[in-house]
Amino acid sequence: MAETMILVPGRTSKQGTSLNKGKLKQEYLSVTSTLEMNSDDMQRLGLEEGDSVRLSNDIGETIVSCKGRKPEDLPSGMLFIPYGPPSSQLMASDTAGTGMPLSKLIEVLVEKVA
Amino acid sequence: MTMSENIKTVKNATCTFCGCVCDDMVLTVDLDEKRITKAKNACVLGRAWFAEHTIGDWPVAMIDGKEVSKEEAIEEAAQTLVKAKFPIIYGLSDTTCEAQRQAVAITDIIKGTIDTTTSVCHGPSGLAFQGVGESTMSLGEVKNRADLVIYWGGNPAASHPRHFTRYTVTPKGMFIPNGKKDRTVVLVDVRKTPSVPVADIFIQLKPGKDFEVLWALRALVKGKKIDASIEEETGVSLATLEDLVDKMKNCRYGVLFFGMGLTMTRGRHFNSGALMALTTDLNEFTHFVAKPVRGHGNVTGADNVVSWQTGYPFGVNFNRGYPRFNPGEFTTVDTLSRGDADAAMFIASDPASNFPKAAIEHMKKIPVISLDTKQTETSKLAHVAFATSTYGINTGGTVYRMDDLPITMRPAFDSPYPDDEEILTAIKKRVQELVWAKQGIKAAVGEARVA
Repeated sequence: MAETMILVPGRTSKQGTSLNKGKLKQEYLSVTSTLEMNSDDMQRLGLEEGDSVRLSNDIGETIVSCKGRKPEDLPSGMLFIPYGPPSSQLMASDTAGTGMPLSKLIEVLVEKVA
Repeated sequence: MTMSENIKTVKNATCTFCGCVCDDMVLTVDLDEKRITKAKNACVLGRAWFAEHTIGDWPVAMIDGKEVSKEEAIEEAAQTLVKAKFPIIYGLSDTTCEAQRQAVAITDIIKGTIDTTTSVCHGPSGLAFQGVGESTMSLGEVKNRADLVIYWGGNPAASHPRHFTRYTVTPKGMFIPNGKKDRTVVLVDVRKTPSVPVADIFIQLKPGKDFEVLWALRALVKGKKIDASIEEETGVSLATLEDLVDKMKNCRYGVLFFGMGLTMTRGRHFNSGALMALTTDLNEFTHFVAKPVRGHGNVTGADNVVSWQTGYPFGVNFNRGYPRFNPGEFTTVDTLSRGDADAAMFIASDPASNFPKAAIEHMKKIPVISLDTKQTETSKLAHVAFATSTYGINTGGTVYRMDDLPITMRPAFDSPYPDDEEILTAIKKRVQELVWAKQGIKAAVGEARVA
């Protein structure tokens, strides 16, 4: 089962502390590959904590692991991920004449990786 | 680990991890181990910044992944930049103003393009400033005067942990004797972030509806009627908006801090512009200011230095021998994604990790020069990679806080690595010689011309 959702890449404390250790180190790579998802949405998609999901759109795709958030903390249909190499794979390069690519609120298809 | 006896304390040191640029650090430095063992007053991000910036074990300079001398790498970098037809220099948010100035000079000499991480941060806000103006302040004013503090599309608890405690929410100020008790804090976002518990009022809007909500607030401030269907459109009820307008009009000193929830989403500079226009409107009723919450330690310095030297804040091109500003054309994501740039120098930033895929693909096809304190995706793909020392920890100089206040840094310990300014000054000297040689001008004559 696949669903279209909205991805919000952003900063987190853990991303900030781990990037100081080194962006090629395991901790940073693992922080930036962990997707937060509404726990009701996870249940509907048959996902459990730590399961791998594929995020894809016209630009590219990436595989990350998912972590549940209470529905009151993250609305249904919204995903959050700390910025990093995986979220870059889904960013379009058109900046509409501003220099800024749309880096938040990215529409992606979410599906469980079998 | 045993602690050596060669310990020193650095008082009033500066943390350059984020745009708060807190200058009240008390650092305990183990000079034998060349590391900071304690950073008093630092937040969780600052503690990691000071603890993890020790002396690395990678070479000062590499060409195609092989260790070379610093001099060889400087020569290769200069040759690469001079040979290129459309070179771009990018980054600069995590280095000193002194190094930034050298980068502008190099761009001028090679008739290239210079851009900073501002273009993928608050670049759209920079465009909005030019369009609608800026009602601004220092963070000290906020601490001493602000009784209404609104955060819009930002999460300081994760990105700027001391923003609340040092400047905006908890500190007691001259006209705010009871600190938090004397302020109302409002947070506007699309999700419940770790910053929400700090706020008295949390307004959650539908994703991508910031402009609509800001424009409705402008209408209400001007006494226009707004239909109750605004709730269906934006997720925010008319009553909530009316209450917020009432608070905004009746405060003594209001401030709107805004983050990348506005600049990185559809609308970009229109979103930032709507917020700044609202701020201007409110000055008819009370004192109101706005300020983008800037990310990296010296990204504000990059704006200042590039503006001071070229007249424009980012996305500046020297192809015609004079500076031209054109975001979308001379900004880095665009020049890379379109395949325009035929060489790039990335200073203190890691675009190979954070840029859109198409831009990263192009970086792999062109010669890249990188300067960074640590190994990154960008240094990994670089043709010439320099390892440099860390500003604020090993190197002194000037940085700008997010409210455009310059701060002089007090470094903690020496590094065997050169600093960005040293490498860039050497590259500048060499590109100037190469350009003069191309033009048939002898160095001495050229120097006389410059003098």
